[in-house]
Amino acid sequence: MLTVLAYILLAALPLALLAFFSGSLLGFAAEKFKVEGNPIADQVNNLLPQTQCGQCGFPGCKPYAEAIANGEKINRCPPGGQSTIDAIANLLGVEAEPLDAEHGVEKAVPMVAYIREDECIGCTKCIQACPVDAILGAAKQMHTVISSECTGCDLCVEPCPVDCIEMRPVETTTSTWIWQPPASTTLIASDKDKPNAAH
Amino acid sequence: MTEFLLILVSTVLVNNFVLVQFLGLCPFMGVSNKLETAIGMGAATTFVLTLASVCSYLVYTYLLLPFDLAYLKTISFIMVIAVVVGFTELVIRKTSPLLYRVLGIFLPLITVNCAVLGVALLNVKRNHSFAESVFYGFGAAAGFSLVMVLFAAMRERIAIADIPKPFQGASIAMLSAGLMALAFMGFTGLVSI
Repeated sequence: MLTVLAYILLAALPLALLAFFSGSLLGFAAEKFKVEGNPIADQVNNLLPQTQCGQCGFPGCKPYAEAIANGEKINRCPPGGQSTIDAIANLLGVEAEPLDAEHGVEKAVPMVAYIREDECIGCTKCIQACPVDAILGAAKQMHTVISSECTGCDLCVEPCPVDCIEMRPVETTTSTWIWQPPASTTLIASDKDKPNAAH
Repeated sequence: MTEFLLILVSTVLVNNFVLVQFLGLCPFMGVSNKLETAIGMGAATTFVLTLASVCSYLVYTYLLLPFDLAYLKTISFIMVIAVVVGFTELVIRKTSPLLYRVLGIFLPLITVNCAVLGVALLNVKRNHSFAESVFYGFGAAAGFSLVMVLFAAMRERIAIADIPKPFQGASIAMLSAGLMALAFMGFTGLVSI
């Protein structure tokens, strides 16, 4: 009985030793050769609008953010528009440039796709084009857009064979309305400019 | 020296791992669609196979044999290969991002490449010395890469050729792989060890 146990132990010990050594080596390597994600790319990615529309020529916002971190131009994001370009320029400390018209133009108001459902033939082409899966439907079934998911990237308009998709401005409801700050602040009376005024 | 040259010629051409011994067939069929990926896979496999061959030799000679545990060689070799692959991946990712971009996705695939385990086991079976193990591993990997690159180049041409409908896709790939194996049989008798 004892000899059998000893025999098993003798087999298990070298294997355990090998496993322990391998595990330590891998653990040590994981610590020693740790790769931090590119912090600049992550920060740029946070500023991008996450429409994943690919109008910049990259397959999504994250790849474009990585490309920017590697020196790509910052003015290729139409959905983000000038405000995004300014924010990225501010982050990277470079000159803000106007939006590159080659990649699209900035829309004045946020748009959302709308499918005229009685014209839809159910070809699923727009579903395949949608980068954020905001179109619901199946083959030979009517499709519709989930408005709250739609980023207004335009990519579904072009593939539609019957042209039943249009871009509509987002309707202002009480939940989407944003307070517009007053345009000018010409006050009738103020002591702002007086040097000794109490603030 | 001629002995090592013989091992190389034997493993690359005569006893080619893929086409004669039929080891490592899944990457051979799976990643040979494009020449670029085939080259990447070949390079990654060459690196790992040579290293794994050395490591498994060391483990077998200095850990398993002294304890009289030769029957545990398969499980130990699998562990050694997995560790070598994991370690290589970590080191490459840190030291050379460019190389990692080329080899990155192929490295984990190599863990389950049976050619790697095959080389380690054959080294033991044939009582190879340390240097012989190194050359045997490297030769096997070189043969694997050679066949991968040749096959990928062929498949790229096949992709644009006018193929009868029943032969399209996987079947023509299988057929051409079989023809290639036939061609490699022509090397039999070139050298014998």
